[in-house]
Amino acid sequence: MARPPSRRPGHNRKAQYSLFASYVVAMTGAAVGLLLVVVAIFDPTGFAAIRIATAEVTRPASVTLKNMVSGVSSVDEVLASYWHAGSQNVALRRQVENDRNRIIEAKAVAQENLRLKKLLKLVEDDGSELLTARLIASSSTSTRRLARLNAGRWQGVRPGMPVRAPEGLIGRIHTTTPNTAEVLLLTDASNIVPVRRANDSVPAISTGLGDGTLEIRALAAGRNPFKPGDLLVTSGVGGVYQPNIPVAVIVRIAGEIAYGVPLANPSKVDAVVVERSFEEAVTRPEGSATTAPVVPEAAQNAAAP
Amino acid sequence: MIDPHLQHVPRLGRHPSRFRLAGTPVITVMLGSLATALPVIAQSPVMPPFGLLLLLSWRLLRPELWRTWIGVPLGLFDDIASGQPIGSAMCLWTIMLIGIDAIEHRMVWRSYRQDWLIAAIAIIFCIAGGVFFARITGGGDIKLLLVAPQMVWTVLLFPFVVRQCARIDRWRVMA
Repeated sequence: MARPPSRRPGHNRKAQYSLFASYVVAMTGAAVGLLLVVVAIFDPTGFAAIRIATAEVTRPASVTLKNMVSGVSSVDEVLASYWHAGSQNVALRRQVENDRNRIIEAKAVAQENLRLKKLLKLVEDDGSELLTARLIASSSTSTRRLARLNAGRWQGVRPGMPVRAPEGLIGRIHTTTPNTAEVLLLTDASNIVPVRRANDSVPAISTGLGDGTLEIRALAAGRNPFKPGDLLVTSGVGGVYQPNIPVAVIVRIAGEIAYGVPLANPSKVDAVVVERSFEEAVTRPEGSATTAPVVPEAAQNAAAP
Repeated sequence: MIDPHLQHVPRLGRHPSRFRLAGTPVITVMLGSLATALPVIAQSPVMPPFGLLLLLSWRLLRPELWRTWIGVPLGLFDDIASGQPIGSAMCLWTIMLIGIDAIEHRMVWRSYRQDWLIAAIAIIFCIAGGVFFARITGGGDIKLLLVAPQMVWTVLLFPFVVRQCARIDRWRVMA
């Protein structure tokens, strides 16, 4: 095929100017785009207001589709589980035998806890839970890991609030629109969560890697204290997340860095719970939702070692 | 079997409306950008950028359809829908369109394969640029390897999308 007809306008002055003007407009537009990105370096949520319209318009469609697909989204998991069915069966049966004893022990411990708490007259209810909603869409083409929540400012959601599922931590609210909110997932490379090992409180910091896994760095210098299988929970440092929310399980060690997998998979969980920021829940339990402490991304990044 | 679309006969003396002629490409690109509204909670950047694919398809199928500035409004819309920092696609798509214009003047022979090559370079440029912009605006340290699968299947998906685009184009110009 020969080349397509040339866009060069020949000797027509008007056409020449028009073509030139179109390039000028395009160049200016590209420069404005670059400028907006530069502005976003200093103020990552600055132009979030522009997103309101699309977020609100696409919300009903996403919710409807979500209702239709929630049943089939685990098909891959069902198929994959047939692969090792035989050996897995044996291993699982052994594990059940082991776990039975543990469960009996745990029941005893729970009863004892209850008794001791009654003695101390501790009140467990901290009123930190704000609402329950569903994740309806996500930034699946971008390297940022943001999910859209089906609740927003009008429902009391504020930037900085932690989001969790029954299985574990999901992330925190990034920006809000009237009826939706963007959740910065745990696996986003800019989401830094202070964690500790569940059994002996070794402090560490979890950073997302953007591919569904987490990078765990211990705060103490020296040898890497983690080993595969360790459970990590939030430590409550920094005042955003409640302490003791399950976060991740360590799967691999590489030198000073440990790699973990989040316990709560945002694509599998049915509903997520938005909580008030921990600091706020502790210090001002009533009617302070309007002054949610917003932890700027830059400050959190600076806290990383 | 004959493609049912081929049985459609345009009527003499009838023209498609101006809205259909000018609006269809813009609307398809915007719908492509809105593919992120699908209820998929992705753990890594896996979904091909359909907005970019459709823009490239229209640009390579119909060079005379748009001037290069079309990348500014369509890119802005894609930024709003995609979760990238606003201005990212606006800048990258426009630079890409200007680049395609520049290449087109210099190429003597053009066929389907050259189109695919141009599209592949443009896709890699836009995705890598998007990663760079996401990184400098607080997105953390993301390696290019993470988006390599996305690049590969976006490039492989281009022939399919360009065919669908041609199909829509046939409907667009026939009354």
